[in-house]
Amino acid sequence: MARIGVFVCWCGSNIAATVDVKEVAKEAAKMSGVVLSTDYQYMCSEIGQNLLRNAIKKEKLDRVVVAACSPRMHEVTFRKAAELAGLNPYLVEIANIREHCSWVHKNKDEATEKAIALVRAAVAKVTLNQELIPGEIGIEKRALVIGGGIAGIQTALDIADAGYMVDVIEKTPSIGGKMAQIDKTFPTLDCSACILTPKMVDASMHPNINLHTYSEVEKVSGYVGNFEVTINKKARSVIIEKCSGCGVCIEKCPSRKTKSEFEEGLVNRKAIYTPFPQAVPNVPVIDREACIKFKTGKCGICKKVCTAEAIDFEQEDTKIIQKYGAIVVSTGYDLIDLAKFGEYAYGEDPDVITSLEFERITNAAGPTAGKLLRPSNNEKPEKVVFIQCVGSRDKTCRGKTYCSKICCMYTAKHAMLIKEKYPDIEVHVFYIDVRTPGKNFDEFQRRAVEEYGVNYIKGMVGKVFPDGDKLRVYGVDALSGDTIEIDADLVVLAAATKAKEDAEELGRKLSISTDTNNFFTEAHPKLRPVETHSAGIYLAGACQGPKDIPETVAQASAAASKAIILLSKSKLINNPCVAKVDETICCGCLECTNICPYEAIASTIIEYRDHGKMIKKLVSEVNEALCQGCGGCTVTCRPGAIDLKGFSNKQILAEVDALCF
Amino acid sequence: MTRVKVNPSNRDKEISRIIEISGENIYSCMQCSKCSASCPANSEMDILPHQVVRILQLGNYERIVNSQTIWNCASCFTCGARCPRDIDITKIMEAIRLTVIRNKGESRIDVDELPEKIDDKMPHQAIVSVFRKYRK
Amino acid sequence: MKYSYFPGCTLKTKAQELEKYALRSAEVLGFELEEQIEWQCCGAVYPLATDEIATKLSSVRTLASAKENGNKLVTLCSACHHVIKRVNEDMKTDKSTRDKVNNYLNISEDYKGEVEVLHYLEVLRDEIGFDELAKLVKNPLTGRKIGAYYGCLLLRPDKVMGFDDPENPSTIEEFIKALGATPVKYPYRTECCGGYLSLDNKDKAANMASSILLSASKHEANEIVTACPLCKYNLEINELKSKVTVTYFTELLAEALGVK
Repeated sequence: MARIGVFVCWCGSNIAATVDVKEVAKEAAKMSGVVLSTDYQYMCSEIGQNLLRNAIKKEKLDRVVVAACSPRMHEVTFRKAAELAGLNPYLVEIANIREHCSWVHKNKDEATEKAIALVRAAVAKVTLNQELIPGEIGIEKRALVIGGGIAGIQTALDIADAGYMVDVIEKTPSIGGKMAQIDKTFPTLDCSACILTPKMVDASMHPNINLHTYSEVEKVSGYVGNFEVTINKKARSVIIEKCSGCGVCIEKCPSRKTKSEFEEGLVNRKAIYTPFPQAVPNVPVIDREACIKFKTGKCGICKKVCTAEAIDFEQEDTKIIQKYGAIVVSTGYDLIDLAKFGEYAYGEDPDVITSLEFERITNAAGPTAGKLLRPSNNEKPEKVVFIQCVGSRDKTCRGKTYCSKICCMYTAKHAMLIKEKYPDIEVHVFYIDVRTPGKNFDEFQRRAVEEYGVNYIKGMVGKVFPDGDKLRVYGVDALSGDTIEIDADLVVLAAATKAKEDAEELGRKLSISTDTNNFFTEAHPKLRPVETHSAGIYLAGACQGPKDIPETVAQASAAASKAIILLSKSKLINNPCVAKVDETICCGCLECTNICPYEAIASTIIEYRDHGKMIKKLVSEVNEALCQGCGGCTVTCRPGAIDLKGFSNKQILAEVDALCF
Repeated sequence: MTRVKVNPSNRDKEISRIIEISGENIYSCMQCSKCSASCPANSEMDILPHQVVRILQLGNYERIVNSQTIWNCASCFTCGARCPRDIDITKIMEAIRLTVIRNKGESRIDVDELPEKIDDKMPHQAIVSVFRKYRK
Repeated sequence: MKYSYFPGCTLKTKAQELEKYALRSAEVLGFELEEQIEWQCCGAVYPLATDEIATKLSSVRTLASAKENGNKLVTLCSACHHVIKRVNEDMKTDKSTRDKVNNYLNISEDYKGEVEVLHYLEVLRDEIGFDELAKLVKNPLTGRKIGAYYGCLLLRPDKVMGFDDPENPSTIEEFIKALGATPVKYPYRTECCGGYLSLDNKDKAANMASSILLSASKHEANEIVTACPLCKYNLEINELKSKVTVTYFTELLAEALGVK
C-alpha cells in the first residue's frame, strides 16, 4: 500500500480566497493511500518546502501530491525538495488548483469541489507513478544567433567573449539592422553609426564569430544542447573571399531602378549593391531580380570591371548543416504598412514620410547628406508636422493594439534635431499621450518643448489634404477644444512597429510560440523574460516586443548569459518521461515514426523464440535522447504498444476515473 | 456661462441608456480626438465629438443634451471610420438624439415649417432623413 | 444576367436621370434590372440604434423578395444601398434583430441575410468588369477631366459596406477611365457633402459642399460624378461658385455607351 502525502497550498489568498483549502485537505485525507494531508500558506517558501521534506522522512511517505499552482511554475521546486528528502522526484505530482481552479472560478463551493476532484485525480495518478532515472546528454559548445541587428551583434559578442563559437545568420547582405539606418540615438543624441559600426567590425573580426549574411534558417531539428540547423546561404553572385570591396562594379552597373531598402525607398540602388558604405561584410550582392544579366542574359559589366574576378553568375544557394547547443532569436521588427491609413496621404504625396524615412533624410550619410529637404522639390520645409501613434494603440484592423514604445522618444529626438539645425523651422507634434518612462527620457522630451520650442498638441490629425505644394493638416487640440489647421511642408508619421512578417514561420521551425501580434513569447513575462518555452532557445530584442536600443542591448546580454550558462555545463540531464515501446505488442506498422515531430522513433528487427522457433519481427524503437515526451506516438499506436513514462495510459485513465468519481 | 461642479459618476441612468442604445463602449475612448479632427461639421459644434464622449464618461448627461453638437452631426460616419479605438461615434450621437426625441413633444422638426425649408429640387431622401433623424 | 432592382423614392421623382440612364446602359451591357413589385421606401437613413426594429422592416421586405426570386439585389442610390446593405448585415450577423424581424414579418421562410446586395457600380466592376465595359464604349469621353465624388454612404463603415478603401478609393476613377475620360483625384472626394443638414442648416451644408467643389476645381476637374441624389443636390446648389458641373455616374455611362 502506498503512503501518500497531500500538501494543499493557499498561495496567500490566490487559492485560499476561492478554494476552502482546509476542506480540500480534509477530503484528501480520506482518499485511498493518503496517510498525511495538510495545508500551508506558501508551500513554495522555505518553510513550506521543509514541511514537505520533514513529512517525507517522518511519515515515511513514498509518494507526494502538492495541490498548488501550475506545474510549469513549481513542479521543479517540489521535486527537488522531495529528492533532498530521499524520494525519487518523479514520485511527486502537482494538482493545479490555482490556474485551473481558483483563478477561473468565483463560487467558493464549486471551486472547492473542483479542487478536491483535481487532488483526487492527482492521488490516483501518483499511486501508479514509478521511480524514473534521467539520463545524461552532451552539449554542442556552439551557439546560433538568428538576426544580425544590434540585438544579435551584442548577443554574439558576449557569447564569443565567453569563449564559445557563435554563428550569426542575417537575412540581408549586411549585419547592422535598423540601428544602422538611424541617425542619432536618444536620450544622449550620440551618433548611431559611431556606436554601432565598431561593434559590427568587432563581430566580423572576432575569432569566435562566424557571420552568415544573406542567409536564412531553413530547418531546425534536435533539442536543447543538440540542435541541428540547416542554413540556406543565398547565392550572393560575388565570391566573398575574392572581393576587395573596391566598389567599381556598383559604380558601373547600369541597372538603377530598384528602390534602396536601406534608404527606405527614398533613392534607388543598383542591381549589384552593398546596402550602405559601412556594410559588414563590405562585399556586394547581385539582386538577381533587378540584374539585367540575369533577366536578359546581356550585360555582365560588373564581371568585366572586377579585377579581383569575384563576380560569379553561376553561384548557387548553398546549404550548411551545423550543430548548436543554444539558439538566440533576435530577428527584430518592422513598421506597419500605411496603405490602410489613406487619410494621411502617405504614398499619395511624397512629402508625407515615415519616421524611418526621416532618419535617412536627417542622416549625414543619407540621400540628402543630412540636409532636411522635402522629397517633392528638394527644398527646405518651413513647417514640419509629426503625427504619433499612427496605428499604435489601435483596436481596429488598421493598426496594432499595443503601444509601440519608441515613437514618443524618437519623435522628440527628430523635433530637436530639426530645431538644432534649423531654428527657423516650425515643428508641431500631434500626440495622444506622451510616454517617456526611462532614464533621462522625460527630461529629454521636456527639453524639446521647453528649450527648443517644439509645439506639442494633444490630439490627432483627422486628415492631411494635399493642396498645391502644401499639406493642409486638420487636427484638434483635445485640451483646449480648438480646431487646428496647419499648412505644412512635411508630415512625418510615427508608424506602429510590428513583428516580422515571417516570425510565425520561423517560430514553427524552432517550435517556439508567438503571441497574437506575432511577437515571440517569453517563458514567463516577469521571471523568464529571455527564455522561450523551448529549452535552449532564447530571445533578444524587438522580436519579443517593441523595445528601444538600451533595452534591446540589455536583453541581448541577458540572452547571451543564459546561452553561456547552458554551454558551460558539461552534461545535461534529460527528461526521463519518454516513450517506451512494448516489443511484444508492437505490430511493426511504424505509424509512430511518421507522427514523431522529433524523428526520435526508428525501426529495428528483433529476434525471439516462439514455440521453439526463432522469429524475426520488425518493431519500433525510441531514441530516448531525441524523444521529447510529447506523447503523440502513444495515441497513434493502434495496438497500444507505446506508453509514455510518467504519463502511462494506466496513469491517465486512473486520473480520468478519479475525476468521474 | 456658469461653471457647474461635476461629480463624476458612471451610474447615470441616461448614460447607461445611451450605451445600451448605441451598443458602443464609451470607456474604450482614450481622448485622441481623431473623431473631432475628422468631423466635417465640427465648426458648428459647441462641444467636439471627443468631448462628448469624455463628458459621457464623466456622467454629465445634462451638458450633452443641451449642446448643439448632436443636431449638427450629419451621420457621415467619418469619425467611426477613423477611430483607433473602434468606437462608432455616429451611433453614440444617434443614441443621444434618441434619448431626447423619444420623449413626447421633443421633436426637432416641425411639419408646418417644412414648406419654407424645402425647394423643388430637394430630393425626397433629405426629407425622409430629417424625419427619421429629428422626430419619432 | 438578371438582378432584382430596388430603385427607391428619389429615383422616381427628383433623380429620374440616375435611373433612366442606368436602365438604358444595362440593356447595352447585357444585364436586366427587374424592378421589385411593390417596393417600399428604405427609410433613407440606416437606423443606428440597436433597439430599433420597425425602421428596418421595409429593407428586409425588399431583401426577402429578392431572395424569393433567387436574385442578387442591385441598388443605384447610395443612401438606399447603404441602408439595405447594413440591414442585410444585421440580418446575417445579429441574432436578436433577425429573430425579432422574422417574428414580426411572418414571411414564409425566415430571412437570414442570404441575398447579395450590389451597387450598380459593383455590378460594373465585379460582374461585367471595367475592361469589358471599356470595350463596349462607343463614344469615349476622351480629354474630359472628371472627378469622382464618393460621399459617405458608399464607403463607410467599411466593415459592412466593403465597397472600396474608405480613405483612398479607386472604383469610380477606374470607371471614369474605362469610359475614356481622365479621372481627377482630389482630396475631398470622400468628405461629406452635408447630407440632410441642408434641410435644417443650409449654410453649413453649403460650406461643406463648397469645399468639395473647390477641391475638385483646384485639381482641374471640370465635372464631378456621384451616385447619390442628395449629394448631387447639395453640390449642385453650390456649383456656380466653382464652375464644376455635377452629374450622375449613369449619365456619363449612357453617354459613353451612346444611349444618352
